[in-house]
Amino acid sequence: MSGVDLRHLTTKVLKHWMLLVFAFVSTAPVALVVINSLKGRRAIFRNPYHLPNADTFDLVGYETVFEKSQFHVYYFNSLFVTLTALALILLFGTMVAFALAEYSFPGNNLLRLFFLLGIIIPIRLGSVSLLRLIVSLDLIGTLWALIVVYVAGGMPLAVFILTQFMSQVPGELKDAARVDGASEYRVFWLILPIIRPATGTVSAISIIPMWNDLWFPLVLAPGEATRTVTLGAQQFMGQFSNDWNALLAALSLSSVPVLIIYFISSKQLLQGLTAGALKN
Amino acid sequence: MTASLPRGSQARRGKPFPTHIIVFLAPAVVIYGLFMIYPLFDSLRLGFFVQVTRGVEQFVGTQNYATLLTDEAILQPRLLNALKNSFLFFAVNMLVQNPVALLLAAALSTKTRGGLLYRVLIFSPAILSLAIAAFVWRLLLSPLWGIVYDILKALGLGAYAQPWLGLESTALITLALISAWQYLGIPMMLYFATLISIPNDLFEAAYVDGATDWQIFWRIKLPLLMPMIGIVSLLTYIGNFNAFDVIFALKGADAGPNYASDTMMTFFYRTFFGSGFQKADPHMGAAVAGTMFVILLAGVLLYLFIRRRIRSYEL
Repeated sequence: MSGVDLRHLTTKVLKHWMLLVFAFVSTAPVALVVINSLKGRRAIFRNPYHLPNADTFDLVGYETVFEKSQFHVYYFNSLFVTLTALALILLFGTMVAFALAEYSFPGNNLLRLFFLLGIIIPIRLGSVSLLRLIVSLDLIGTLWALIVVYVAGGMPLAVFILTQFMSQVPGELKDAARVDGASEYRVFWLILPIIRPATGTVSAISIIPMWNDLWFPLVLAPGEATRTVTLGAQQFMGQFSNDWNALLAALSLSSVPVLIIYFISSKQLLQGLTAGALKN
Repeated sequence: MTASLPRGSQARRGKPFPTHIIVFLAPAVVIYGLFMIYPLFDSLRLGFFVQVTRGVEQFVGTQNYATLLTDEAILQPRLLNALKNSFLFFAVNMLVQNPVALLLAAALSTKTRGGLLYRVLIFSPAILSLAIAAFVWRLLLSPLWGIVYDILKALGLGAYAQPWLGLESTALITLALISAWQYLGIPMMLYFATLISIPNDLFEAAYVDGATDWQIFWRIKLPLLMPMIGIVSLLTYIGNFNAFDVIFALKGADAGPNYASDTMMTFFYRTFFGSGFQKADPHMGAAVAGTMFVILLAGVLLYLFIRRRIRSYEL
């Protein structure tokens, strides 16, 4: 074997070894939690590295979680907030992007800057005033408080990405529609299918921070009935910090469904992130 | 032609602004303006006021900021401590997460069997909420369960086993490392996306001349990555300077032990809503937010300044 081949082989082995180590470090913690959530208390501590078997299998943790908390409500709240906010971000974001990319009107560049501002400054820094505003609009303690704040916070990045895609849609298509007498609203409607890849990217980037946010649920809607999964799990775990079965079950309940959806859609999600990164 | 203004045509002064443009813009501009831009500026304004009685506010100029910087009983030491910790939190992420992400992206960008699977697995913690991921690590680091201690012992490092989250000297670094662990996949994907967009012919000649992957990475790919390294650094700064979730989830608003893990955001939360040792004061909270605003902006300006100075290679 020549020196070069050997060197290439060594690089290859080292590379896979490193990737394996990091893949393991990234996934093992949650895997260990899920495995142990299915065991009785004694087995959790005696042999944490074993899969549950007939003797050690126990769902007592899950029973506690379902008795003492409202995880199904938390899930409904998180889904309702995230999906409603995402739909509004996509709808309003594409409309703005279409207008910014399609028409030259006075203030176009100013408006782009207006939206760019929100990418740099985190919305959390406006919390003092935001809380007052939400109280004065009588939205405090409702899911709509979260939705409007997430739509506002997610808008700048969505507009930024969508405008880039919008400006690449060929003009002939739109002009052909206009010649046929289509209104500007109809033209917008017609090119929506073309920018579908961009909406995938925007969804991937928008959903994760909304779903995982702890700050605004805590500040704007901390009540039992409006808790999201993140806040609900956090508070439950604070309450039951010595009940290991319940802790492990609560952690599994808040991570496994999300991970399943992630693994199913991971290819599109990562491609969307890659495309988004290249656009910027 | 109706009131439409297709690309290229100019709107003339005096003509009414086309309705359809207003329809397209209005919803987003209203929501974003009302719930993001207005609160940001209004919070800055509130930092210059104090509450006199219920519902009555008085303009006091920079008094809140002066108190923040000079009150030696509580505010000033807390502010300096939080500031130091925020920078440390950022520094740990910058120095640990960034190079590891770059290394992994470099490995993945060459032809790798199972590359997609590696990416999917390494990215997976990033989709979990930080509060959840933090709790997972609290359990793993618990001396009671002893998972991390078992692993350290197996590696012959048993002597280093300490309750890191509970010690003043290590709590903050441990929390920063948990955050770095969780979000490793994001910079990795950004670097990966940049690396695979480099056309092959740029380094095929080098391959023919017998250059190793390593040499090609240092001599060709790294210079092309510089702009993305800048962007990732800026994102790390913006994201980590506001670190809150991981600290609040594990240490509560008081960011113990003895404020050792207190960052600007937990300090902001305590000043705003109050805690055991601090009275709730929204106006002082707004001043803390104003301070953070200035520090963030300074970071962004520094980034823009450096980017103009450093020669970047365009493809």
